[in-house]
Amino acid sequence: MSKKQKKKLPPVQQEYQAFAKKREPARPVVKNCIRAFLVGGSICLLGQLISTFYMRFFDFNEKTASDPTVATLIFIAVLLTGFGVYDNIAQWAGAGTAIPVTGFANAVSSAAIEHRAEGLVLGVGGNMFKLAGSVIVFGVVSAFVIGIIKVILMGMGG
Amino acid sequence: MIQGQTWIFTNRPRIVSSATVGGPFEAQGPLAEDFDLLHEDLWLGQDSFEKAEKKMFEEACERAIDKAGLQMEDIQFFLAGDLMNQVISSSFTARTLSVPYIGLFGACSTSMEGLALAALMVDSGKAERVLTGTCSHNATAERQYRYPTEYGAQKPPTAQWTVTGAGAAVVMPHGEGPCITSATIGRVVDLGVQDPLNMGAAMAPAAVDTIQAHFRDLRISPSTYDLILTGDLGRVGHQTAADLLAKHDLPLPVDRFLDCGLMIYREDQPVHAGASGCASSACVTYGHILNRFRRGELNKVLIVATGALLSPVSYQQKETIPCIAHAVAIEV
Repeated sequence: MSKKQKKKLPPVQQEYQAFAKKREPARPVVKNCIRAFLVGGSICLLGQLISTFYMRFFDFNEKTASDPTVATLIFIAVLLTGFGVYDNIAQWAGAGTAIPVTGFANAVSSAAIEHRAEGLVLGVGGNMFKLAGSVIVFGVVSAFVIGIIKVILMGMGG
Repeated sequence: MIQGQTWIFTNRPRIVSSATVGGPFEAQGPLAEDFDLLHEDLWLGQDSFEKAEKKMFEEACERAIDKAGLQMEDIQFFLAGDLMNQVISSSFTARTLSVPYIGLFGACSTSMEGLALAALMVDSGKAERVLTGTCSHNATAERQYRYPTEYGAQKPPTAQWTVTGAGAAVVMPHGEGPCITSATIGRVVDLGVQDPLNMGAAMAPAAVDTIQAHFRDLRISPSTYDLILTGDLGRVGHQTAADLLAKHDLPLPVDRFLDCGLMIYREDQPVHAGASGCASSACVTYGHILNRFRRGELNKVLIVATGALLSPVSYQQKETIPCIAHAVAIEV
């Protein structure tokens, strides 16, 4: 709860929140950070290996190899989501599996699987981007804003 | 008879039969023996989790009716509720049962809300054969209240695990089985907890309020009961409730004040702070506790089912979580 909202609470509620807070097990932040670092780093390492693989055995260069690499990582993440393993790994890894592209793939595929029961159009199609939609919206909006800033700066700098 | 917010059932209506159904995760827990039926498939062979939840509830109802030696059409009223929007699991079960039905919503307190009302109907002579029950399913609750089941969001240690199960009981004026002697209807209590992943802390004050009211109304001491069970406070909420009661000069003995949410699963099952959901108190009460009554191990038990009355919309609109608890006393 935000500090502003907390101030508005009557004293009885404030007192209880303090009382309950003392009995609440703390989130293991340090442990979560270490795990996120290890798993997130491992996923990036795997990505690098896949990228190198594509460059060595196929006709890709450093720039063009990123597309099939991302696709491969997404494929793996979707597969693991479908098998019902991804959420278990994520409970252990936290941000480690959420931040890389695999987290995005999991958000889309888990929503799609979840709503399969409501049919392809209203279910899968309508709900696929339920979680990932806001990432896309705000990603595009911020890219737009950054783009404008870039244009202005370039214009000023000549 | 009424004292304060507590009904006293002088005709002592009886729970003549009960049945519980559980899912695969419950089958691994310490109370597996107490379930009538355990499913190893979360889908129960259905094509959606919602249908699986309804199927479990139908099975629990059918078994409870069967064990009471009754036919479906003998049931005069069916009182049921669940966590789903528009209480679909209960209403759709009522469609199958095709008996007069009253749908309830008390979130996870529905089990005792239903049992209290069933006892009231039977005690007052307005009904002779009432079926009551509730159900919940881990996947349906997760998806309605939180994220898709397979979504990889890390849960904090205060989060709880929704029980996949259903429980039903038949209440009649006479017959074999423990009787219902009183019920305390709770107030809605909201002490400003907003985190839906810390439901225990939100619900603890509601449980405390109802427990206090129960002992105040009946002028009895906690030692009257062999067991006082909360519904699904989990590790965090139960400890908070125990400490709150001690603070309010109503300390309950540690060995007699337990939580259904801490009984269904083993310590090493990955359920974070414990179980939650309508089926938590329903499965423990209608399975384990009534079985212990039947074996003569218990004489008097108070079940305090707790419910968090939030919705995903209210949470997104930054509302705090209003909670409720209903208590029912069961005696030999």
